[in-house]
Amino acid sequence: MKKIVSIACLFAAAALLAGCPKKATTVEPPVAGSQVPGAGGTSGTGGESTSTSPLGGDAGNVGGAQGAGPNQSVGRIIYFDFDKSDIRPEFAAVISGNAQYLTAHPNARLKLEGNTDERGTREYNIGLGERRAQAVRRALMLQGASESQLTTVSFGAERPAVEGDDEAAWAKNRRVELVYGP
Amino acid sequence: MNKAFFVLVLMVGLGLAERGSAGEFVVEVTRGQDNAVPIAIVPFAAPGAAAAGAAAAGAADLDVAQIVSNDLARSGRFKAMDRKDMVEEPHAGANISFDDWRRLGNDYIVVGLMSPQGADRYNIAFELFNVLNHQRLLGFQISANRPGLRLASHQIADMIFDKITGIRGAFATRIAYVSVAGSLPNRSYRLIVADADGENPHVVMQSNEPLMSPAWSPDGQSLAYVSFEHRLPTVYVQYLKTGERHVVSAKAGVNQAPAWSPDGKKLALTLSTRDGNLDVYVLDLSTDALTRVTDDPAIDTEPQWSRDGQSLYFTSDRAGGPQIYKVGLQPGDRPRRLTFQGNYNARPRVSPDESQLAFVTQEEGAYRIAVMDLKGRSDVQVLTKGQFDVSPSYAPNGAMIIYASRDRGRGVLALVTPDSRVQERLVSSEGEVQEPAWSPF
Repeated sequence: MKKIVSIACLFAAAALLAGCPKKATTVEPPVAGSQVPGAGGTSGTGGESTSTSPLGGDAGNVGGAQGAGPNQSVGRIIYFDFDKSDIRPEFAAVISGNAQYLTAHPNARLKLEGNTDERGTREYNIGLGERRAQAVRRALMLQGASESQLTTVSFGAERPAVEGDDEAAWAKNRRVELVYGP
Repeated sequence: MNKAFFVLVLMVGLGLAERGSAGEFVVEVTRGQDNAVPIAIVPFAAPGAAAAGAAAAGAADLDVAQIVSNDLARSGRFKAMDRKDMVEEPHAGANISFDDWRRLGNDYIVVGLMSPQGADRYNIAFELFNVLNHQRLLGFQISANRPGLRLASHQIADMIFDKITGIRGAFATRIAYVSVAGSLPNRSYRLIVADADGENPHVVMQSNEPLMSPAWSPDGQSLAYVSFEHRLPTVYVQYLKTGERHVVSAKAGVNQAPAWSPDGKKLALTLSTRDGNLDVYVLDLSTDALTRVTDDPAIDTEPQWSRDGQSLYFTSDRAGGPQIYKVGLQPGDRPRRLTFQGNYNARPRVSPDESQLAFVTQEEGAYRIAVMDLKGRSDVQVLTKGQFDVSPSYAPNGAMIIYASRDRGRGVLALVTPDSRVQERLVSSEGEVQEPAWSPF
């Protein structure tokens, strides 16, 4: 009797074992960009990125093959109201300045990075950030930029410009950054 | 037979990285349960500790009884007796003065003994007694190596929890979360897997660009997550044992919100069209076949599978603000709206028995964790009181919800029971923690 019960318990132990969590024995955490084929067809980004700061085109830098964007007097950031994706009138000059540059430089490529403030759920915010980036994309295309010049990406609330839990910080984070690149 | 111990051998801890005993988290109980069951977990004796040398010294720095006690207390269903109040420390049932323990207010008592077995292995014998009727409810021996002691402790807590509450314990499970360190613009993001109590953290992935939305495969062996390491969102699946990973979605536009089907063969995820319309898709992981599930100009995202794998819960703002919907996966199935209270309900998570939905709701300008009854009256109950409570995730036994909260401007993890009676904060010693995901059993 005793033996039978013991054996039954061993089976129970085996069942318990099967349910044991498998330990995450991370041998070597993969480092960003080390072993992964280029995502989404980008090349040369290399993974170890730095910040998003706009490439400040020096005033005299005309005729660069890729183009680093319009003169610095033309803004590269558009801010949005809470939960909104329409472009406020004060940013009309940012749109027209960048659209003119894109029209005049057909080889220029512009990435539109959509961002939200921290409020709300992370994945839904990805949607809101994308919606803002698309609003800027449409506005640029309406003023002559071609579709092939523009790409969008949404970071949602994941890449804030400034830290903080107040409206002053949130207002700076609800934005689309215009990033010229290859 | 009553005195026989049953041997339970744990082949755990093979190749485990050693970590210091310093915990990554400190638990603060913010609200306890009035009717918690009083239990005394007497420190386990380690006889011959001095003589046995290195092995026993190693055992001595891991207090198994304390881990068991912390686990049970954290569940909110138990009130573990403070050691300072213990007048004696029995290590076997024969030595328990039941009347004394009863007078000290205990309903149950756990006693145990830890003995070294060779250089790196320990035998833990423990017994659980009902103090009122002296009945012996459990008696087990567990053999574990040094790295396996922590897991063995959680398994002891699971057995006790199961025996007394009738609910399967989930202490020997894990959580994944994202930890953010550094100040802008030089942030670093780490995807971490730790024990359910936050101890024993391992870095699964690190990047200078955002990592988000970790999701456990149903077998607990892999994580799907979103990485922006190329400054574009890519969904990866990483096998935890080896760290090996592969891209499962890197399409133009959005690649987000991965969720495993219950059979582990498919991933629901969010993709976008060229003009930025987010919809929910299902990706077959073996054939790469992609099926579009939703088709609406609104944001459709945050999919989550029903238990039977036949439908998806998701968030959509097709009616204005975000609300939660459910859609069947048969062609022609129409989404049905589930949430109607308030103007912001998002990121659904289904309880393990699918009797309840946890999600994020907006209340008085704050974001909080709410649950809704899925069977019957669909009552909504808001569980938390924070300003930024998001990312709820059920323990695999459904007894607890872990979520991301903020404490003095810092991201922290917190726990709440689905009846909101027990609330706790896991305060991390460093950085900002977010997006917890509780592993399956």
